[in-house]
Amino acid sequence: MANVISDETIEYVGILAKLELSGEEKEQAKADMGRMLDYIDKLGELDTSQAEPMSHVFGVRNVFRDDVVTNGDMCEDMLKNAPGEKNGMFIAPRTFE
Amino acid sequence: MKKQYETVIGLEVHVELATKTKIFCACSTAFGGAPNTHTCPVCTGMPGTLPVLNKQVLEYAVAVGLAMNCEITRYCKFDRKNYFYPDNPQNYQISQLYLPICRNGYVEIETEEGKKKVGIHEIHMEEDAGKLIHDEWEGCSLVDYNRSGVPLIEIVSEPDMRDAKEVIAYLEKLRMMIQYLGASDCKLQEGSMRADVNLSVREVGTEAFGTRTEMKNLNSFRAISRAIEGERERQIELLEAGNAVIQETRRWDDAKGESYAMRSKEDAQDYRYFPDPDLPPIEVDESWLEEMKAKQPEFREGKMKRYKEEYDIPEYDIEIITASKCMADLFEETVKLCGQPKKVSNWLMVETLRLLKERGMEPEDIRFSPSNLAKLIRLADEKVINSSVAKEVFEAMFDNDMDPEKYVEEKGLKTVCDEGALKKAVEEVIAANPKSVEDYRNGKEKAIGFLVGQTMKAMKGKADPGKVNEMLRGML
Repeated sequence: MANVISDETIEYVGILAKLELSGEEKEQAKADMGRMLDYIDKLGELDTSQAEPMSHVFGVRNVFRDDVVTNGDMCEDMLKNAPGEKNGMFIAPRTFE
Repeated sequence: MKKQYETVIGLEVHVELATKTKIFCACSTAFGGAPNTHTCPVCTGMPGTLPVLNKQVLEYAVAVGLAMNCEITRYCKFDRKNYFYPDNPQNYQISQLYLPICRNGYVEIETEEGKKKVGIHEIHMEEDAGKLIHDEWEGCSLVDYNRSGVPLIEIVSEPDMRDAKEVIAYLEKLRMMIQYLGASDCKLQEGSMRADVNLSVREVGTEAFGTRTEMKNLNSFRAISRAIEGERERQIELLEAGNAVIQETRRWDDAKGESYAMRSKEDAQDYRYFPDPDLPPIEVDESWLEEMKAKQPEFREGKMKRYKEEYDIPEYDIEIITASKCMADLFEETVKLCGQPKKVSNWLMVETLRLLKERGMEPEDIRFSPSNLAKLIRLADEKVINSSVAKEVFEAMFDNDMDPEKYVEEKGLKTVCDEGALKKAVEEVIAANPKSVEDYRNGKEKAIGFLVGQTMKAMKGKADPGKVNEMLRGML
């Protein structure tokens, strides 16, 4: 494995992903991510100097919607997707700035 | 000698666009709905949903960019800005990083040293987040996604401003242009315009920028001015004490008049932007761009020039009226109805401005219609009501936009034309005030004023003062 993921990196990625990993899980993730980067490195072997960067698979452009309200009150249905509900709102973990 | 410092300021201004629907779904953007009644699977970030761009959002963004002398990006895309926070249900915000819709523009502001250009680095389109309410009782947060997906443009300036005055002038200019375009109402207090201030200080004469901080939660021009002064002082104090300014985001507390650092290490900011594969790129071709250019409205400069040619009103009035799109529209509509630019301008310049100030309102909050103002002007013109009654009716109309004709009828405010009644009142006043009558006869001009006042009082204000004056003089 050419790519070695450091402890600091796995710690940092864990914070960004809001994940708390055990020591064992960290080692597993380090190995997995290293292999992923190795795989991606293969692309570096190709000459892409003539290739346009691609962001979209389909060749479509300019897909628009007119500015007309067609959605009604779907509050009840939307709240079915909530982990919890109070006063018509989604309950989320406590946040503060 | 003490070191001299220069403040360097750049602004990030978020403006909520006045579309009827959200940026990527057909939910309403209307204010004041019960929580989550304007939501759907797209704006609550459900997996497998497909966002589709509201064409009006793009057209507003281009219109603002054109007004600010920007280059329009002919091939533009959306990107995902990744972060976890409950107000952001997708765990990413759809925004533009690599190819924003507008770039390299400028707006011109008036400063004490004359005109100055403030560069516009870019304008990009993005979506707003939901609203978090902290539930102290349950120790959790509650989320309302009605604002999630409301379209925003973010206008990023170059670091071209040097003090609070320039910042306010820049924001006022932005607000006026956007209001003229009808792209937003730009109300700071209500959050439809929000400004984040990037500020650094450097010693006068140095080229390199100092370390900047970003300040958020500024919801009035006054708070912005105070925050700028406060942050400048804070940074200078740090430097004078031999400490470094830390690049960070700070939150302004206007009540306390100080700011504090917002983000902790746990909230590492690494947005890992990448192109959004759900939204196809946008290509603005020549004919579409020309079409949008042709739709640009008449801006303030054009209006001022036209008013000078079309209407016989003072330049000062023109300046005040055209400073707000609402005032200018109200003026033009009313003149169209009654054909008296000077009188319309007077009502706007005197009574309207007075009441706006008294009520702490902005011109955008004006409720009375052009047709009612035109009716009032006609009532006064035809001497159906006298000028002090007209002012009283205007004030009622300003507050409730009622029909002045009906109001005058219902309240019985018409000037009394009954010669007999007036004559009787005048006679009574003359009889009751022998001293003033004598003063007048002895050449004291002032005494007539008092007698006119007494007669008006007796008539409960509903007489034509000119006529009362005339009658008094005749009878004395």
